[in-house]
Amino acid sequence: MLDDFDRRLLRLLQADPGRGVPDLAEAAGSTPARVARRLDALRETGVITGSRTLIDWRALGYAVAVSLRITLDKTQSRAFDEFLAAARLVPEVIEIQTFLGRVDVRLSLIARDLADYQRIYREQILELPHIADIEALMTVATVKGDESLPL
Amino acid sequence: MSLDDLDRMILRALVANADQSTTQLAAKLGLSQPATWRRIKRLQEAGIIAGRQLQLDAAKAGFGVTVFLGVKLATKGRVSLEDFERAVGAIPEVQTVDHVLGLYDYRLRVVARDLADFERVLRRRLMTLPGVGNVEANVLLSEERRPGPL
Repeated sequence: MLDDFDRRLLRLLQADPGRGVPDLAEAAGSTPARVARRLDALRETGVITGSRTLIDWRALGYAVAVSLRITLDKTQSRAFDEFLAAARLVPEVIEIQTFLGRVDVRLSLIARDLADYQRIYREQILELPHIADIEALMTVATVKGDESLPL
Repeated sequence: MSLDDLDRMILRALVANADQSTTQLAAKLGLSQPATWRRIKRLQEAGIIAGRQLQLDAAKAGFGVTVFLGVKLATKGRVSLEDFERAVGAIPEVQTVDHVLGLYDYRLRVVARDLADFERVLRRRLMTLPGVGNVEANVLLSEERRPGPL
């Protein structure tokens, strides 16, 4: 279980993952040695799994982002595995989620423009195995996107 | 800005792990440290590197349930969109809000401690948002991030 000090460190790091130990210690009102020990423990227990660089795909010319909500044909026992393995091979798929609910899988797809999207959709997405139904939601704007946990 | 193969390699490495230093990255890619640093700086200046995100195991941090919600607004119009966005963005359990076109108007990513906690957030905070109509919830089972077309 996390205590208040853990949560405080995680909140600070969520806001700025590049923050060094001395800086964190000062902000949390503690010593660098204590902060370093806690961070080691949080990594060892797998609470902190790392950090990643965020890419702005728009700046790379990918102006279109679509959320594809997919229902699979569950009469096929290998439907999930085969669908996921094939979806991983589509380079423009940047996120894959599976769900319990009306939707089985969600793919986050990016494309340069609508013509590019149409090409990827027809040539790669519709070719994926075991699709029973697809709905597309096109992203107009991201209102909030930092994915922080409310620690 | 167009990327060359080295830019792509740097981006792939940093997306997988943003904790490595420029020196470590340079050694891994067989580049000099200053050349690697210059390329990273150029990618930052072009806005391609948009920032850095701490990766936490939500379940181990006490958030065992993540739900994706599709929300349809009952009333439309500029004012109702602004009211909804302001109110939903202020809910701490709501991690992302996307305005979308299609079957729903908004796509939300919501975390909760467990299903009982999610029900509380849904009833007390989400269903009471201004203008909210039909809501569909799908509980996240697994998730993977792909490197994308690099």
